[in-house]
Amino acid sequence: MSEQHDHTDQHDHDHGTHRHPPAQPDDTSPPGHYEVMIMAMRDLLIEQGILTADQIRRGLETLDSWQPSRGAEIVVRAWTDPAFKQRLLADGNEAVADFGIDTGGAKLTVLENTATLQNVVVCTLCSCYPRAVLGLPPDWYRSKNYRARVVKEPRKVLSEFGTELPDDMVVRVHDSLADLRYLVIPRRPAGTEHWSKDELAAIVTRDCMVGVANPRADLKPT
Amino acid sequence: MTQAFEPGEAVRVAGINPPGHRRTPFYIRGKQGVIERFCGEFANPEELGYGFDGLPKKRLYRVRFRQIDLWPDYDGNIADTVDVDVYEHWLSRSIPTAGIGVMRR
Repeated sequence: MSEQHDHTDQHDHDHGTHRHPPAQPDDTSPPGHYEVMIMAMRDLLIEQGILTADQIRRGLETLDSWQPSRGAEIVVRAWTDPAFKQRLLADGNEAVADFGIDTGGAKLTVLENTATLQNVVVCTLCSCYPRAVLGLPPDWYRSKNYRARVVKEPRKVLSEFGTELPDDMVVRVHDSLADLRYLVIPRRPAGTEHWSKDELAAIVTRDCMVGVANPRADLKPT
Repeated sequence: MTQAFEPGEAVRVAGINPPGHRRTPFYIRGKQGVIERFCGEFANPEELGYGFDGLPKKRLYRVRFRQIDLWPDYDGNIADTVDVDVYEHWLSRSIPTAGIGVMRR
């Protein structure tokens, strides 16, 4: 299938002779305002010779290659190596460089859950997220529902995720708005003392590192 | 005027609503919190958002707010908090007042 064919197949709108892959391949509805803005920006960057289509594609490919498993690997090391955990808490950027992760201009700030403290991360203004260690944020993280409510009724929101917190546990919500990005080190569950690193990493899921869920020993992969 | 705040110091967020690209959410404007830590200096996003260089850099702090000071009807643990990244030019020293929910508007 040629690019031209692909293009006409996917779009019933007309915006000149520009060709580009669709933002959402299965969505045949007319593009919204921001989608049109993205297409225009992309076309301009290419026209002006600032970026090539291949550079943009590779950038997206790199972004998509970042998975929450990177964060899980970091958490497991923190669970099993107290010196590393101290470094991670003191300077996230420096510590994750051990894993070849470049956090860019953002300052990675690591938060540790304890028996009496649950940390939860949100960005109420947009969707700031520690992409370098967790990849792209899930849809719920970007939803207005989560962003508006978790700073106001965090216990209720967590209970909707199936995470019930005792009344005497403190909930600390972190609104990530500026140049910091937050990663939660969840509590290591009891009964995991003899697990391998791979087994541990399997229960450190994305949502645990955002703070809306907690790792469970009964979810050990079989 | 520049100010440098120390961790533990009580601060108040400016209760203003200027137009434009602002990174200080409405729910903390006019509210009192406590400096949790100094985060470093960063280019000012309120300028970067319009294509300027964001210089001089602005000091950034994490400010801890008690839920009960933000939402008067909050019914969770009294020690529950929200930590928010706030640039120094939004903050002023605040004389702490005893009691719960003293900073309600």
